[in-house]
Amino acid sequence: MDYNWDWGVFFKSTGIGQEIYLDWFVSGLGWTIAVALIGWLIALFLGSVLGVLRTVPNRWLSGLATAYVELFRNVPLLVQLFIWYFLIPDLLPEPIEMWFKQDLNPATSAYLSVVVCLGLFTAARVCEQVRTGIQALPKGQAAAAYALGFKLPQIYSQILLPQAFRIIIPPLTSEFLNIFKNSSVASLIGLMELLAQTKQTAEFTANLFEAFTLATIIYFTLNMSLMLLMRWVEKKVAVPGLISVGGK
Amino acid sequence: MDFSAIIPALPGMWEGMAMTLKLLVLGVVGGVALGTVLALMRLSHNPLLSRVAGAYVNYFRSIPLLLVITWFYFAVPFVLRWLTGEDMPIGAFTSCLVAFMMFEAAYFCEIVRAGIQSIPKGQMGAAYALGMNYGQVMRLIILPQAFRKMTPLLLQQSIILFQDTSLVYAVGLMDFLNAARSRGDIIGQPHEFLIFAGLVYFTISFSASLLVKRLQKRLTV
Amino acid sequence: MISIKNVSKWYGEFQVLTDCTTEVTKGEVVVVCGPSGSGKSTLIKCVNALEPFQKGDIVVDGTSIADPKTDLPKLRSRVGMVFQHFELFPHLSITENLTIAQMKVLGRSKEEATDKGLKLLDRVGLKAHAHKYPGQLSGGQQQRVAIARALAMDPIVMLFDEPTSALDPEMVNEVLDVMVQLAQEGMTMMCVTHEMGFARKVANRVIFMDRGQIVEDCHKEEFFGNVDARSDRAKQFLAKILQH
Repeated sequence: MDYNWDWGVFFKSTGIGQEIYLDWFVSGLGWTIAVALIGWLIALFLGSVLGVLRTVPNRWLSGLATAYVELFRNVPLLVQLFIWYFLIPDLLPEPIEMWFKQDLNPATSAYLSVVVCLGLFTAARVCEQVRTGIQALPKGQAAAAYALGFKLPQIYSQILLPQAFRIIIPPLTSEFLNIFKNSSVASLIGLMELLAQTKQTAEFTANLFEAFTLATIIYFTLNMSLMLLMRWVEKKVAVPGLISVGGK
Repeated sequence: MDFSAIIPALPGMWEGMAMTLKLLVLGVVGGVALGTVLALMRLSHNPLLSRVAGAYVNYFRSIPLLLVITWFYFAVPFVLRWLTGEDMPIGAFTSCLVAFMMFEAAYFCEIVRAGIQSIPKGQMGAAYALGMNYGQVMRLIILPQAFRKMTPLLLQQSIILFQDTSLVYAVGLMDFLNAARSRGDIIGQPHEFLIFAGLVYFTISFSASLLVKRLQKRLTV
Repeated sequence: MISIKNVSKWYGEFQVLTDCTTEVTKGEVVVVCGPSGSGKSTLIKCVNALEPFQKGDIVVDGTSIADPKTDLPKLRSRVGMVFQHFELFPHLSITENLTIAQMKVLGRSKEEATDKGLKLLDRVGLKAHAHKYPGQLSGGQQQRVAIARALAMDPIVMLFDEPTSALDPEMVNEVLDVMVQLAQEGMTMMCVTHEMGFARKVANRVIFMDRGQIVEDCHKEEFFGNVDARSDRAKQFLAKILQH
């Protein structure tokens, strides 16, 4: 078990065409970002809808949203991913099933499963943040909007959500960062995202410390950049005098 | 769908669940212990200690747990060899456990830190005024109060870890999920076993969170 | 017993104590008063090194606090302190509050510590509450327990940091009574308090502080008897306090 350190390994040829190992990492990062961003769009949209539903004065709607949250929060992400990837396609009508299993290339079908899985999984968390944000607003806000003659959908879209979203930017940021980290489960159904490429490099070159160090640095940098981005967003949309939940 | 094959497979899956619970309990105990040390370091007046702990927490919170599990699986045998000079055959279980402890410590550290900071400063002053040293102040006065306050958060984090133990699938450890899946594959009913596994995880996590919520209410009243 | 020599302290740029110098001799009761933010609480916390200071020195029974070699826990174990917000340990019963430091700091046996603790609890009139937890007692009762807890360490001097200012008015006297009794027994005491009745009754000296400085430091008779000779700031302060 002697170990040969070689930090130049990333610039060596993989033996496949002109590729070097660094190319694998670049392509892996590309997949990671593609999974996380599209998943995040789904999560943000669905999560906001659910979050609003949890606060509306209708028992059925809020109960439905609560059930969704409990279901998606209490089943491990990996189990959910297996369900989306292995189980759901079998339940689809046959033409769609065949399309998913045979016509699509394996990367695409894995990608679709992961994006849907992460989107729906993260939506449950986004929902809770949105609900907290709405409930943190003074009760008088909704009352004042009713008094001005607004209807319920308008109250949410014009008055409550614009305030709630500003308040919850910090916790949403951490969910946003989580979806990037969680996207690594895609490696377990064969999508060649960052972690899968790292593992493959480690296995091909036996330079596992270098490979995992690079992956760590990439994740770390990604995390920091996203955090800075979200801070910038937070500043950009800040309203003077509007208090945030976590702030002073 | 036919769930009848599940019953004869229960003993085998229970072995998987025992593995899951073992990982969970040891992971939480180790994670809380290490996390507490990190929290004390972060709060210490020594800038070096507090920076080291801060960097540790920052580092582990920026990377995926799955990366840590995979990396440790590959790396721990090498590291052990460098440390001890001999080949030590360690299995996936140990490497996963170390990964969980070190990863969760970063999250537990933040919980413990907040817990310590939530104790009024005067408590520390009063304990010092009675002549206690730092160790006694923390061990006898501050930490017992802090742990009481943060029990719900620690339990919530443990429920998350309970679900995350399923990631050991990546290194082939036979935890509950993997035991269920492999049995389903052998019998040729992967869907039924997958759904069953999901139901079991759901039932345990859901009831545990209900209990935690109840505890939280009782503690705040 | 306590000698405070040219103590100055800063919070960053802001100076909270400026060149404070005074003495407390054995058996003396010294009351420290002054408007809020005058630094009196900070000064008394410096005496057992709960607050660090940057200049000067405080010597307690021959031990210098500024000396980095001083064993602070040991020194503190000999100086009793009572806090504004009682600071009983809420996770421990009253008995445990009274015994924990005796056992862990002084190394007394459980029997000895309990015996001592209960005797003192009886002295402050709360023997019946020994098994309760701090949260079950009123503020005045908690403060009496806190005094007993400090006394259990056999202190050579007692420091009181506004012991009655967090109490409801009807509970102030039960605490003051205990303090008066202590003073009459000859305990050396340094008390930050606004209770001028207490000062008149048992104090030997009164120190008045303002903006981090010791403005007045004189005998009780002088302080209360000869008001005209006092500084303007002390007069204003006394006028406000004594109106009531």
